Amino acid sequence: MTEPFSPPSANLDDRWRYNFGFLDENTKRMLRRALLKAVAVPGYQVPFGSREMPLPYGWGTGGIQLTAAVIGHEDVLKVIDQGADDTTNAVNIRRFFARVAGVATTTVTRDATLIQTRHRIPETPLAEGQIMVFQVPEPEPLRTLEASEVETRKLHAHQEYGLMHVKLYEDIARYGHIATSYDYPVMVNRRYLASPSPIPKFDNPKLHRSPALMLFGAGREKRLYAIPPYTEVESLAFEDHPFEAQHWSQACALCGSSDSYLDEIIADDAGVRQFVCSDTDHCRQQREAAQ
Amino acid sequence: MYVAVKGGETAIARSWDLLAARRRGDEAVPELSLAQIRQQLRLAVHRVMQEGSLYDEELAALALKQAAGDAMEAVFLLRAFRTTLPRLATSLPLDTSAMRVARRVSGTFKDVPGGQILGPTADYTQRLLDFSLAEPAATPRCELAEAPLPECLPSVLDLLAAEGLMEADLPPPDDPAPADLTREPLLFPADRPARLQNLARGDEGWLLGLAYSTQRGYAENHPFAGEIRMGEISVMLLPDELGFEIDIGAIVVTECQMINQFAGGPHAPPQFTRGYGLVFGESERKAMSMALVDRSLRAQELGESTGSPAQQAEFALCHSDSVEASGFVQHLKLPHYVDFQAELSLIRTLRAEHDRQQDAPHD
Repeated sequence: MTEPFSPPSANLDDRWRYNFGFLDENTKRMLRRALLKAVAVPGYQVPFGSREMPLPYGWGTGGIQLTAAVIGHEDVLKVIDQGADDTTNAVNIRRFFARVAGVATTTVTRDATLIQTRHRIPETPLAEGQIMVFQVPEPEPLRTLEASEVETRKLHAHQEYGLMHVKLYEDIARYGHIATSYDYPVMVNRRYLASPSPIPKFDNPKLHRSPALMLFGAGREKRLYAIPPYTEVESLAFEDHPFEAQHWSQACALCGSSDSYLDEIIADDAGVRQFVCSDTDHCRQQREAAQ
Repeated sequence: MYVAVKGGETAIARSWDLLAARRRGDEAVPELSLAQIRQQLRLAVHRVMQEGSLYDEELAALALKQAAGDAMEAVFLLRAFRTTLPRLATSLPLDTSAMRVARRVSGTFKDVPGGQILGPTADYTQRLLDFSLAEPAATPRCELAEAPLPECLPSVLDLLAAEGLMEADLPPPDDPAPADLTREPLLFPADRPARLQNLARGDEGWLLGLAYSTQRGYAENHPFAGEIRMGEISVMLLPDELGFEIDIGAIVVTECQMINQFAGGPHAPPQFTRGYGLVFGESERKAMSMALVDRSLRAQELGESTGSPAQQAEFALCHSDSVEASGFVQHLKLPHYVDFQAELSLIRTLRAEHDRQQDAPHD
């Protein structure tokens, strides 16, 4: 097996030594400064000088840069995509950090000090001292309603979120429900409307007053934001149409869990469906506990 | 029983091996050397340096080899490598009138001081497949010109400027240091230096399409190719500790100065206005496209309408980068099980309600 980027035999070898965490220290400092601002103003999108990373934009470059900015030699890293540790991109990102930072990695949520995620928050409750890094494709919750960045920044400055309330109201008027099932908009610290990243709305309540620090990185869009520990995070709703998360009539076919987010699997050619936990670590724990 | 995507690590490792084997192809065929790529695929190397924002032929050739000739992938490789490079210094502005030109043409005057210099171009060839290239053969010997070119060729546009018919080519008020888009995010409104930087590393196809749209009625800006020049130019540094300029090497660039008719506006008399393009290496297609789009993005400043895509900076600049665009379009290949599941249950709910209403007896 040949690792890509392995030192070539050509006389280019001195160019092939990467800094700890890939990024140089000045870039990490720039990122940390932006992160401090983000933590100080929860939910506010801070523009930052996003760099090209060795993984494609849209594949977690924002998350990777934030992880690179905060990771230390003592950290234990967990990387998940769709709740699972063994999806291809999660494997690739975990490998990247094992390689350029040499840190320990784990699949166990409890053991991780740093968790980079795409599209899920683990079922195991997070603890104080843990950091979640979210990969964010589109940091602007108003983008589908207003294409111009100049305009959306003004709307945030004036805390003018009528567009979003009208959108949700129109959903109810047309369908009887709010027709947003993931990337469900949240109000952070009663001030900034923010995207929780494309997590299912099932995970939204986990953001509210979480003891962990939540960092959000959008590399391609060059924005980062944060939800500090114990911050109030409210999913938008109306008094007569309160927020409601997804629920299933089935339990997980593997572990019997009835309170986790389930993936639907097409199990055979006849189209028989099976539901299993999307969080593979949670599912394993449940099965081990049952044995 | 469903087996989750366990074994992903092994599968990924195998896919790396396959990729490497496909890159190499039949081992009975000699392997490409970087020197061959640099010498014989020079325009591909130039494009990778341009959009990769890194002038290094050796690394661009390596990226092209690694990417099996996929220019966008090679650009991506070079950009990712570029991230790790320190910023050592900022060069002095290039003086393109001191270019050692290999080609210089003007579409606005039949003859210009210094003359029209055709140089190495495919413009005057007939695009017939040259079957003689299918086999190695000796190349024709190039004759030396009777007289050397002048050391300095003044810009054609400066001749018009002297007459007052061409807008002045001045730095922005107070001449602030330009933004560095490789270190800072692009923010709007974006000033012209930031716009030009974005265009210079933008995807050639995107720029070409936008430029073409301005010629077909979306932001007509009446362009003439005032001057196009390509050649070698010295990059100069002025280190504080030395106090004098030093030449750190030469790069090849292509420059295009478009002349655009302008009937006058609230703040400017009728005159010709400028659109500017400058790119690494040889690429007139890119430099000309850049100049057309640069001019159309000046619409607001010149009091023109701003309704066309090529006049809207957020649209034109936010979508110009092939590394960003390629990554985000292709991220749809990644698993979206969780979001899809969420949408599936939503659509099922909505569908059930729809069907119930359809089935309900009408009054």
